[in-house]
Amino acid sequence: MSVAGVFVGQLRREFKLLLQSREELANPLIFLFLALTLFALGGGGSPEMLRDFAPAIIWVLVLLANLLALEGLFRRDYDDGSLEMLVLMAEPLFLPVLAKILAHWIYSGLAMTVLAPLAALILFLPAEVLPTLLLTLLVGTPALSLIGAIGAALTVSLRRGGVLLALLVLPLYVPVLIFGAGAVVEAMAGIENMAQIYWLLVITMVALTIAPFLVSAALKISLEQ
Amino acid sequence: MMTTHLLTLSGLACQREGRDLFDDLDYQVAPGDYVELTGPNGSGKSTLLRSIAGLFADYSGAIEAAPLLYVGHRPAVSPLLSPLDNCQWFLDLVGSDADPLPALARVGLAGFEEILCQQLSAGQQRRVALARLILAQRPLWLLDEPLTALDDSGQRLVCQLIEQHVETGGAVVCATHQSLGLSATRALVLGERQSSTAGVVA
Repeated sequence: MSVAGVFVGQLRREFKLLLQSREELANPLIFLFLALTLFALGGGGSPEMLRDFAPAIIWVLVLLANLLALEGLFRRDYDDGSLEMLVLMAEPLFLPVLAKILAHWIYSGLAMTVLAPLAALILFLPAEVLPTLLLTLLVGTPALSLIGAIGAALTVSLRRGGVLLALLVLPLYVPVLIFGAGAVVEAMAGIENMAQIYWLLVITMVALTIAPFLVSAALKISLEQ
Repeated sequence: MMTTHLLTLSGLACQREGRDLFDDLDYQVAPGDYVELTGPNGSGKSTLLRSIAGLFADYSGAIEAAPLLYVGHRPAVSPLLSPLDNCQWFLDLVGSDADPLPALARVGLAGFEEILCQQLSAGQQRRVALARLILAQRPLWLLDEPLTALDDSGQRLVCQLIEQHVETGGAVVCATHQSLGLSATRALVLGERQSSTAGVVA
């Protein structure tokens, strides 16, 4: 049972670290709500316009907030040497890597999904499409954490990797954005939208299958210098 | 011929920024060996240890190593976790269900188990890394400047741990600037300019 122990042990460590750095934890969520408020204020007091753009605004901000949380995913462990220890000692490496990504998703993607009703309220999104929004976020955000982790692993040894990380990762986020926001737009228009949600599921499943191994390889490359 | 070495380097060569760090280095480490790796700054001590550990791949030649524990410059101790949590994570990682408390007591951290490492001194954080040496159960230790930030009793502790490990059939390769003064030390000197890149003193 030591294989499961590696996963659970890493997850326990991530949660203990998160509890110790709560303000860092809150940053992406604060960003999300500041930006939402600015959109609401800048919308010219026109609920119709805000409503039409709400799916795109919410998804773009979730994307950016996710990116904001990504930089710290491996950075702290890299700085104190724990990442070296992890890469050298973990057998197999993809399990603790998956645990780290899961922790990242819980405090970014899942937290944003939970807070999405508030975002929908601010942007006058009709209540009847809220289930669709929540479903797309729930199915789509794991893909963001999984794909983003590859970029974070590749850039962890660079001092100013932030912009490079965005350049690497944002193009890969585009399909998630298109299907996620698209599903909500179609729900607002009353059109059948299950195809988009299935596509989101496909992206997440493919990412779940490949990303842990790519992240493991990327971490090794980043440390070998 | 049949002695099982814990570490075999054959024809190891590495260049960095156009100069040879080591060239055609052949070396064996057997159970019970304590090897002190010395040489001036920039002579490739850390690079050699990282190559053996598997954290650096830009070399030619072959390295065969037994399961090892590498303790580098950065001690792999998270400042946001307690010594106990740091050790528990390590034990989960290597799939061991040993009890970390006796090891923490042995390195002089009794009473500090639950305090966040960021509130401990640099030397105490190094001691957490030393506790892992006890917990790891690996035959080969690679230590990069293990005396950094340690007080006198900490330095004696490092010597005791190494002696004990060597007596029980383990081996230690230790990069250091100040000799630990242990008996039966083998020396591996890097950076003997040009003549032969690595000189070996028995």
